[in-house]
Amino acid sequence: MSGTRTTAAAATATAAAPGYAAGRTLPLRVEALRQWRRRRTLVMGGVLAALPFVMIIAFAVGGGGDDGRSDGGRVSMIDAATASGANFAVTCLFVSAGFLLVVPVALFCGDTVASEASWSSLRYLLASPVPRARLLWSKLVVALGFSLVAIVLLPAVALAAGTVAYGWGPLKLPTGGVLAAGDAVPRLLLAVAFVFVSQLVTAGLAFWLSTRTDAPLGAVGGAVGLTIVGNVLDAVTALGHWREFLPAHWQFAWVDLLQPTVEWGGMAKGAAVSVSYALVLGALAFRGFARKDIVS
Amino acid sequence: MKLRLPRFRRGRLLAGAAALAVVAGAGTWTAAGSGEPPPVHREDTVLEMPDAAVDTSYFTAGGGGRRPAVLIGHGFGGSKDDVRDEAERLARSGYAVLTWSARGFGRSGGRIGLNDPQYEVKDVSRLIDWLARRPEVQLDADGDPRVGVTGGSYGGAIALLAAGYDRRVDAIAPRITYWNLADALFPQGVFKKLWAGVFFTTGSAGGLRPAGPAAATAPDPGSARQAGTPAGPGAPPAPGCGRFQPELCAMYERVAVAGKPDEQARDLLQQRSPSAVGDRIKVPTLIVQGQSDSLFPLDQADAMARAVAANGAPVSVDWEAGGHDGGTDETARVRARVTAWFDRHLKGDDGVSTGPAFRVSRSGGIDSTDGRIKLRGAGADHYPGLTPAARPVALSGPEQSFANPPGGAPPALSAMPGIGGQLSALGAGFALDFPGQFARFDSAPLDAALRVTGTPSVRVRVRSTAPDGSAVLFGKVYDVGPDGRTQVLPHQLVAPVRVTDAQQGAGVDLRLPAIDHEVQAGHRLRLVLAATDFGYATPAAPATYTVAVEGPLAVPVADGVTTAAAPLPAWTWALPLAAAALAAALLLVRRGGRRGPGPAPEPDPERAGVPLEITGLTKRYGSVKDDRYAVQDLSFRVEQGQVLGLLGPNGAGKTTTLRMLMGLISPDAGEIRVFGHAVRPGAPVLSRVGAFVEGAGFLPHLSGRANLELYWQATGRPPEDSHLAEALEIAGLGDALERAVRTYSQGMRQRLAIAQAMLGLPDLLILDEPTNGLDPPQIREMRDVMIRYAAGGRTVIVSSHLLSEVEQSCTHLVVMDRGRLVQAGPVAEITGGGDTLLVTPADGPVARTTLEKIAALEGVGSVTASDEAILVRLAGATPADLIAELVRLEVPVAAVGPHRRLEDAFLTLIGGPA
Repeated sequence: MSGTRTTAAAATATAAAPGYAAGRTLPLRVEALRQWRRRRTLVMGGVLAALPFVMIIAFAVGGGGDDGRSDGGRVSMIDAATASGANFAVTCLFVSAGFLLVVPVALFCGDTVASEASWSSLRYLLASPVPRARLLWSKLVVALGFSLVAIVLLPAVALAAGTVAYGWGPLKLPTGGVLAAGDAVPRLLLAVAFVFVSQLVTAGLAFWLSTRTDAPLGAVGGAVGLTIVGNVLDAVTALGHWREFLPAHWQFAWVDLLQPTVEWGGMAKGAAVSVSYALVLGALAFRGFARKDIVS
Repeated sequence: MKLRLPRFRRGRLLAGAAALAVVAGAGTWTAAGSGEPPPVHREDTVLEMPDAAVDTSYFTAGGGGRRPAVLIGHGFGGSKDDVRDEAERLARSGYAVLTWSARGFGRSGGRIGLNDPQYEVKDVSRLIDWLARRPEVQLDADGDPRVGVTGGSYGGAIALLAAGYDRRVDAIAPRITYWNLADALFPQGVFKKLWAGVFFTTGSAGGLRPAGPAAATAPDPGSARQAGTPAGPGAPPAPGCGRFQPELCAMYERVAVAGKPDEQARDLLQQRSPSAVGDRIKVPTLIVQGQSDSLFPLDQADAMARAVAANGAPVSVDWEAGGHDGGTDETARVRARVTAWFDRHLKGDDGVSTGPAFRVSRSGGIDSTDGRIKLRGAGADHYPGLTPAARPVALSGPEQSFANPPGGAPPALSAMPGIGGQLSALGAGFALDFPGQFARFDSAPLDAALRVTGTPSVRVRVRSTAPDGSAVLFGKVYDVGPDGRTQVLPHQLVAPVRVTDAQQGAGVDLRLPAIDHEVQAGHRLRLVLAATDFGYATPAAPATYTVAVEGPLAVPVADGVTTAAAPLPAWTWALPLAAAALAAALLLVRRGGRRGPGPAPEPDPERAGVPLEITGLTKRYGSVKDDRYAVQDLSFRVEQGQVLGLLGPNGAGKTTTLRMLMGLISPDAGEIRVFGHAVRPGAPVLSRVGAFVEGAGFLPHLSGRANLELYWQATGRPPEDSHLAEALEIAGLGDALERAVRTYSQGMRQRLAIAQAMLGLPDLLILDEPTNGLDPPQIREMRDVMIRYAAGGRTVIVSSHLLSEVEQSCTHLVVMDRGRLVQAGPVAEITGGGDTLLVTPADGPVARTTLEKIAALEGVGSVTASDEAILVRLAGATPADLIAELVRLEVPVAAVGPHRRLEDAFLTLIGGPA
């Protein structure tokens, strides 16, 4: 090759452009703004906010639940749905926790990296440069934040709409008995918190897939699909104790909050399983992405 | 929810089933334990006792050596077979275990004496005599074996009685049993008719079987012993008395008909109760009593504990969740505790923990994943009794009158034999009071949760219109929910009381059922006094009772009893910790041997002014083993102020090189340094590089302006450094800037992307095929932009396969083909560098042979012929030498000149011996 060697004096050498600091790249606020105005975000929010109203209409068309009283003083959660706003919120959470709430979590966490790859914007972010771990961290936090909002949104809207429709009253418990409205709301918050924690495994799976593929639908669909497989496996009682290590086994453990004496064991075990899977999947995502060749 | 059947019923079923397996007479069995546990040796013996043959089983396991013995009594209506499982477990734990069917039960003969000291209790002493003769049994003295007694219900009472009557008993563990049978069946002078009926019918049923149990189970006519033959004292039993002693049968019939107990009945039962020898029970005693037990409630255990403790013996009290009414099964835990108790007090093993002096199982909630009620243990280092520190809870309510209905019907509902009181812990239950038959007094809602442990009490004034001034009342304390309607009766328990001479009113200190129950904050306590109860006999004559409370409800609170956390399997903690460790390992441990950059080398200050230096850069396609190269051993250098053209056909490796330069993909070998810093993914020096590579990358839902603004914010650099306006001017998008990018044409995106690359005016600008999709005026403009940009001392790298573009705007060129560097240098040097000459022959194309001759000349690199010219690349020879040689080869030359057209040069270069 030609060209002559020049000395270093030609330019003042700095490692980075003025004002650049790796720790300040891709702030959470910026990532949230980037994701916020996407159609899927708004559509998902709309679906979750609309579900309680759809259910109110369904109960109205169906003649409404009976007051939650069935034989023996025991009530099923659906029967008691129209007993009070708190009951309605619990019912909405119950019918949606198994699948409906999986979708926004898989969507927000599975789409976040893969869609950037499919738009080719990922390479410009990385070359700007946003360090890879930093990019994943910002995206993960924002995706989890959006997921949390989605999970909170549904029962919150249901509580508000249910209170308007059915009144502010004590929570009728599925085991019988009631819980004062003032005590029911903290329980509902705990239930939502557990639902969120139990969805961490879906989040971790979706996020990991998101770093492995350039197809957002692949990551989202893969996470939802594997969650369904988990549910199916949990239905195989022949697996016995092995089912305890399926995250799906614990997804309704928050129902243990809906009794006079809260039973924490199921939720503790469910949270342990979910967090464990999420930690490993998250670590796989960070490990793979740190060394990955970005060819999108 | 699984409800436990009451013991008597299960016992009967088992007795019938197990009888098939037993052969009359002595026999030796070795139960081959499944799996690892050592086999248990069982020896069935029928022992002759006065007036009866007693059927026994003797269990031992393991090797020789003397060991302590344990006697296990069975429940009422059952037989020794009920306790076989427990016996085998204890035998495996190193005891010699003897079980027997009590008189009148199973295959034993004789009559039921309700643990008559003259019969059943003496039988136990004879069993101890037998044990003392066994070679396996450890002896304290000659004829005095080391022996403990345990058992549930009827068998629990015999444990207490054995300890009271026989000094040789060393430790006992009575479970869910009675201290004073008269108090249990006639509490406060009220006849507990339902339970008493169940009790006596069970005992009678055996005698009502057509042929007797022995005939049914031992068809062998040669069997010498008709063990089941009733051989009790006195006259043949009256029909309906079954195998009961006649005096017991008569007593029951008398009381049941009268609906109230008499003094004689009380005396009879009291004489046969452990309470009769309460001052003689001086051995370590583990008392297990059920909380859901309306037959033998907790106050029976309380009397037991106080009496034995007063004698100076160690006592532990355990309130288990179940009881005769059913409830959560705690068999495994209770058995383990009994074993530990004997380990300590029979084996003398001081290392064994026998648990707290007082333990109560508290119901948690239902675990929805397995549908079971979870229990938590609460313990204290001393037994608080049933009336620990009382907390007064004021009750309100006026004096109330209510009716005792004629015939006592319909009765209020509380406990039902066999239906557990556990539901009440969950806020459900079926307790029922009939309007007009009860009075109620409510407390105010509680400010804080209140845990009742023991017997609440209250003073009431009762008036009765009955002719004799008597009244039978049932006191109960409900836990009332915040809505004031939902009420649960803890463990479904009621406390009956008989009041006499209350025509003018009588004060009564009412002791309510002993419970362990938490009343939540916001709930109320409700005292109800009812005239009837399903389980008890009440006066048939109608009467009106008038009741008023005279004081607060004294609620016992045992603060020293602390609830342990519900146990969780170890994996609940271990799994997340293991996952965290695995995650840390995944993040911190590098993969060996896999491609990827090592740690970044130190920056080279000498090269700080060199915008780009590439050395030996190599990248394979796909895996490490793949020997096809995208880039192979590429080296070149770009100096400040240059506009470098990176030229090559499609697939030459230009874009791969630029991606490596941006830190997007990692080279397999070689190094890229930008301003002296080695490039790694996310290297900070990349902030001085602006890039547009392989098309635009924008968020389609955002406007062009929002895209650029957010991109700049994502770099984290100050907004004033962005030079956004200048960049936007270059993009020239006008109003379209506010539209969503998804509406843009290819060219608009291209321009926006170039503008993005120029944000912040980077020191090194990389543009990959920048003029794709641009129209000619825009191409010209772009060319000017690049030239102006570099003129400011910055450096531009433009990659292209369009030669004309590079030719006109670049100062230097790097030519690549098939991943390799072909040539690098100033444009002039490559295009007209003198080593490539364009030879125009005078008379048309030259022959092929001539071309070969030219190519073979010394100092000539390659020869390419086109239609009217020959392109000759010199390799050492001068143009003058070439002309001379051409003349010598008789090639007529019209013109010879340096080749200026880059396209030709390019073709020459890549057409060479690459």
